[in-house]
Amino acid sequence: MKQYLLSIYQPDGPIPSADVLEKVGRELHALNEDIKAAGSWVFTGGLHDPASATVVRVRGGEVLTTDGPYVEGKEHLGGLWVVNAPDLDVALGWAERASRATTLPIEVRPFHDRAEY
Amino acid sequence: MPSTDRPAGHPPPGTPPAVTAEDVGRVFRSEYGRAVAVLTRVLGSIDAAEDAVQEAFAAALRTWPQTGMPPSPPGWVVTTARNRAIDRLRREATREDRQAQAVLLHAQLQPAEPTEEGPVRDDRLRLLFTCCHPALSTAAQVALTLRLLGGLTTAEIARAFLVPEPTMAQRIVRAKAKIRDAGIPYRVPREADLPDRLRAVLAVVYLVYNEGWSASSGAELVREDLCAEAIRLGRLLVELMPDEPEAVGLLALMLLLESRRAARTSPGGDLVLLAEQDRGRWDAALVAEGQRLVRQCLRRDRPGPYQLQAAINAVHSEAVTASDTDWRQVLALYDHLLALSPTPVVALHRAVAVAEVEGPAPALELVDHLDLGDYHVFHAVRADLLRRLGRRQEAAGAYDAALALAGNARERAFLERRRAGVSTT
Repeated sequence: MKQYLLSIYQPDGPIPSADVLEKVGRELHALNEDIKAAGSWVFTGGLHDPASATVVRVRGGEVLTTDGPYVEGKEHLGGLWVVNAPDLDVALGWAERASRATTLPIEVRPFHDRAEY
Repeated sequence: MPSTDRPAGHPPPGTPPAVTAEDVGRVFRSEYGRAVAVLTRVLGSIDAAEDAVQEAFAAALRTWPQTGMPPSPPGWVVTTARNRAIDRLRREATREDRQAQAVLLHAQLQPAEPTEEGPVRDDRLRLLFTCCHPALSTAAQVALTLRLLGGLTTAEIARAFLVPEPTMAQRIVRAKAKIRDAGIPYRVPREADLPDRLRAVLAVVYLVYNEGWSASSGAELVREDLCAEAIRLGRLLVELMPDEPEAVGLLALMLLLESRRAARTSPGGDLVLLAEQDRGRWDAALVAEGQRLVRQCLRRDRPGPYQLQAAINAVHSEAVTASDTDWRQVLALYDHLLALSPTPVVALHRAVAVAEVEGPAPALELVDHLDLGDYHVFHAVRADLLRRLGRRQEAAGAYDAALALAGNARERAFLERRRAGVSTT
């Protein structure tokens, strides 16, 4: 089994209407149930908007803390899944359903195998 | 005694005929893909499979000239590669290396030689689908296919696609790393995904053929090695998937194009258009095979873009002279093709058929509505239609536009001659 990160790329801006969100939520709930039923489930979560982010970096021993996301842009990470899957095709299948539900692009990236550390 | 009748210098009976490096090279070209495919299944790693197969061929180069060709060269290569890989794993694997231990166990349980044709066919097909996985870029798909199934060297692939060798090497290394790290599966997709995935596989093979048929730049119009490689892959696909009419259609299309290759260039290497080709120089055997395949796939009544393009070329190949061409049939096939793939390029080719059936004016009307200003063929077609309508000055301007975009030296020479033909000065 490999582990994959599925991340949602979400445009910044106004939140969609309640009915739209309700429908997306229902489809994502069904997707999560199916991921669990398949034994692929590790974790999922949605993120607050990028304005809620804080970046911490240490430079020359000094801690520099800045308000806002690491990269300024029109789209930001909106949420993520971590799933176990036997191969990329299975992970891409979950990503396809996530993209259908959210109407947003989903990036799929493999984690290093634990043994690789 | 019969043996004394032999001229001096001939080998005594029982001595195998001499094997040259070229003989080994031929076996390499035809068997590399099969061997890598089998070893990838056994070892679970494309890199390890390639290393093992290359070691086996290096061994073949050393031993075959002395021992003669083995009874089954493909079997010899697979067995040798497998044994080398197992030796290497034994040397390198530690007791704790569970993955290597598993591979060793698995490899030992496998038969030494591919005894049945079935699994071997599947291995090559699996490798082809792995190379053409949609998670890889088209450029990477083409490079990997030529490398792993065609046995082309990185230098050869780089030359074919006119990129520096380090660029191509990096592209191949990255593609193989993505297969490994992202877990791209080594298998034929399940039935439901097959049509989508097959499309990518066919597109890659046709891309290889097209690059050979009309090199996008460079001095020569045709690169025979790429055409030959694409046809070899096309034959492999049909052998592996005889029930896929588009695979048959693609092979038929390539064979019919290939049948005209000798007639397509003048002795000086210049481009000769279909209408002006010496049809006596067409390869009759390829024409016959292509036409037979067109009939075979169309019988299934699931026409797709490759089958229709093959059918169009079959109509051309049936005409004894250019003026015998059944343009109505060609146009009907283009109507069908445009309905299936409504792209401006198909519309442009259809307009050429319209010009033959209805005349250049309605064809020009169609062409002028296409948004293909970046494509040199668009300007060349426009130029030809304008020339036939006697609008010489506009035709010259269109030839200039085509010349500004054409990258291939032979195509440019052709366009320049045409340009000179309409020049009013």
